[in-house]
Amino acid sequence: MPIKILIPTPLRAYTNKLDTVEVKAATVGDAITVLTSQFSELRKHLYNDEGRLRSFVNVYLNDEDIRFLKKDQTEVSDGDTISIVPSIAGGR
Amino acid sequence: MATKTGSAPQIPAPVSLSNEEILRYSRHLIMPEVGMEGQLKLKAAKVLLVGTGGLGAPLGLYLAAAGVGRLGLVDFDTVDFTNLQRQIMFGTSDVGRPKSVAATERLRSLNPDIHIETYDTHLTSDNALELLRDYDVIVDGTDNFPTRYLVNDASVLLGKPNVYGSIFRFEGQVSVFGAPGGPCYRCVYPEPPPPGLVPSCAEGGVLGVLPGIVGCIQAMEAIKLILGVGDPLIGRLLLFDALGMKFRELKLRKNPDCPVCGTHPTVTKLIDYAEFCGIRGEEAPAQPTSVPDITPRELKARLDRGDDLYVLDVREPHEFQICNIGGHLIPLGDLPKRVSELDSSKEIVAHCRSGKRSAEAAEFLRKAGFRKILNLKGGILAWADEVDPSMPKY
Repeated sequence: MPIKILIPTPLRAYTNKLDTVEVKAATVGDAITVLTSQFSELRKHLYNDEGRLRSFVNVYLNDEDIRFLKKDQTEVSDGDTISIVPSIAGGR
Repeated sequence: MATKTGSAPQIPAPVSLSNEEILRYSRHLIMPEVGMEGQLKLKAAKVLLVGTGGLGAPLGLYLAAAGVGRLGLVDFDTVDFTNLQRQIMFGTSDVGRPKSVAATERLRSLNPDIHIETYDTHLTSDNALELLRDYDVIVDGTDNFPTRYLVNDASVLLGKPNVYGSIFRFEGQVSVFGAPGGPCYRCVYPEPPPPGLVPSCAEGGVLGVLPGIVGCIQAMEAIKLILGVGDPLIGRLLLFDALGMKFRELKLRKNPDCPVCGTHPTVTKLIDYAEFCGIRGEEAPAQPTSVPDITPRELKARLDRGDDLYVLDVREPHEFQICNIGGHLIPLGDLPKRVSELDSSKEIVAHCRSGKRSAEAAEFLRKAGFRKILNLKGGILAWADEVDPSMPKY
């Protein structure tokens, strides 16, 4: 099922500047795996050495944080949008 | 005046507005959502702005104009030329002056009826609770992770709402943290990124209008909290994409295991935020490197002497266009895949804008087996200072 993944500005350096990547997957975890196999540099920015999603990066399925759904196991369906939202701190 | 706790602050209304104030605020007063009651709430309200930079500029201007009775401004910095592209509270003649002083003057001239309190200091774990305690609403317009976690924790510990905004290049995020029942910053982002992973505005750049837009949204949220009207951004993260000109909204939830605002908090007093963030943030020193430095003057002397040096410029192409010293351009991010272009038998001098990226590049090269590498101390900025004053600085 085609799923849209929205890439935030700070991580576009690792996706050939793409702001959106379409993948086919059954769960959020699968979708991110497909994404990071396509753009291997991205992986270390999303996951720590233990393979867990980094705690300054949140992943949302549509408008819900997957930490409060079934995390990586959250099922996705056609037309869903996954957002990767890292913390940013600029303000000056 | 009574001590304030909680969000949607219960602000005792001041007695009245003067005739001049009634005239000044007439466009508020004729709106039923504000009216006399709301304007008196604004007059009684006390808002602390942490940071008077890109976000703080529109925040300060609009909150002062709106008649927020007491505005606190925390900033330790002085105005410089690179600020003026976005920090619209300051003028060219303010360059070199303390931001807190210049901001006070500007806001006083905008609205002499309000009280402005300035704190020409860093917000630290030692002074944060004391500074925040007297205010009803805290607005976070800072620019680094340690201070953002500090502002969050202090707001949560004092039970004050924290109007959060942050920016990066063309993107903004806004939310209201620490309101009763709502999540805090740590619920959303339990930990900051490791050093170097997220570039700052100084490194990554920011389009000047962006903090204007995000700061205005923060100002609106602060005013809504004071008036107790509308639907504040509690439990919602507003994402703004200036290039796509799109607003999106994500749901945020209070994390029951949050170390600050959860059911069993482990952070019950302010901690060492520099340590928590692993010397991250804006003031992080250049990463330690085992590669020796060369000063701009030494480099100039050696080039003039005709030494066979390979000058490696690891900045981005658009920076090269601003100014360069004739180096070979390989941006830091491209270095791993273009390392074969370099000759390890030659002496290499790496440089960037200020010396930080080139230190990383030099360290990378050292690990890749290069032995004759020098890092230009202070980068092209120092070159402009010490060797070529005609070179533009950015």
